[in-house]
Amino acid sequence: MRQILVALFAGALFGAGLAFSGMADPARVQGFLDLFGHWDPTLAFVMGGAMIPMAFAWIVQRRLDKPFADAHFSLPGTTLIDRKLTIGAVLFGAGWGIGGLCPGPGLADLAINPMPALAFVGALLAGMIVHRVTS
Amino acid sequence: MLAAFPHAMPLEGLIGGLMIGVAAALMLLGLGRIAGVSGLAARATGIADSGAPRGIAIAFVIGLPLGALIISAMTGGIETRFPPSVIPLIIGGLLVGYGTRLGSGCTSGHGVCGMSRLSPRSLIATAIFMASGFVTVALMRAGGFL
Repeated sequence: MRQILVALFAGALFGAGLAFSGMADPARVQGFLDLFGHWDPTLAFVMGGAMIPMAFAWIVQRRLDKPFADAHFSLPGTTLIDRKLTIGAVLFGAGWGIGGLCPGPGLADLAINPMPALAFVGALLAGMIVHRVTS
Repeated sequence: MLAAFPHAMPLEGLIGGLMIGVAAALMLLGLGRIAGVSGLAARATGIADSGAPRGIAIAFVIGLPLGALIISAMTGGIETRFPPSVIPLIIGGLLVGYGTRLGSGCTSGHGVCGMSRLSPRSLIATAIFMASGFVTVALMRAGGFL
């Protein structure tokens, strides 16, 4: 139960941060990616802001035997830089530019502007299912 | 300097970014996990068989819109300018869904969590999806789609 509450609170804080920073607005994200138009640097501040607590968190993590609400750390150990990573990132970046949305803002927007967000999230899950059945 | 970018919201971006970073730090130090939204969404819906326990993934994914709703209510509304047609949302969604599964992450997992860990794999993934986004939007602008 404690784990569920921590995850719910973390998700809500993450969603609140996305909404407050303007990242729930697809046009603003496209503005950051639009180097040759009216470039909007806001996303760089969001990324920079998010890096600060996370950099500290990684330092603390190295000193802990286990997380405070769970039995052990379950962190990705993959270091492989391969075709899958590269092609996946290219396709993700293209979709991000076309719709102005990545998974976090898409889900957050379900509560703010449900109809268009649902079209994106539905297609997002369909794309994930296509990957699953073809690999 | 920012006068050159009249649309920028540097303060809101920084504060919102700090909130996102604290949320990701809570997932790491509290539950020992990466706050990767694409992976958690795949796990919550049952599309992925491995990853976070289902309950944790579902709770995080439900929390996202809840948090956005609270901010929207507190600030009197969040601006969301969506593309005028659903076609870019559907094409974008399909590419983002497929691409994040193939590439094992998105802006949160590789971008926020991986980059702050100085993971070479995540640094490269982030550089590639940023570059791909820049090129895609430049092509859309050149083609008159933006």
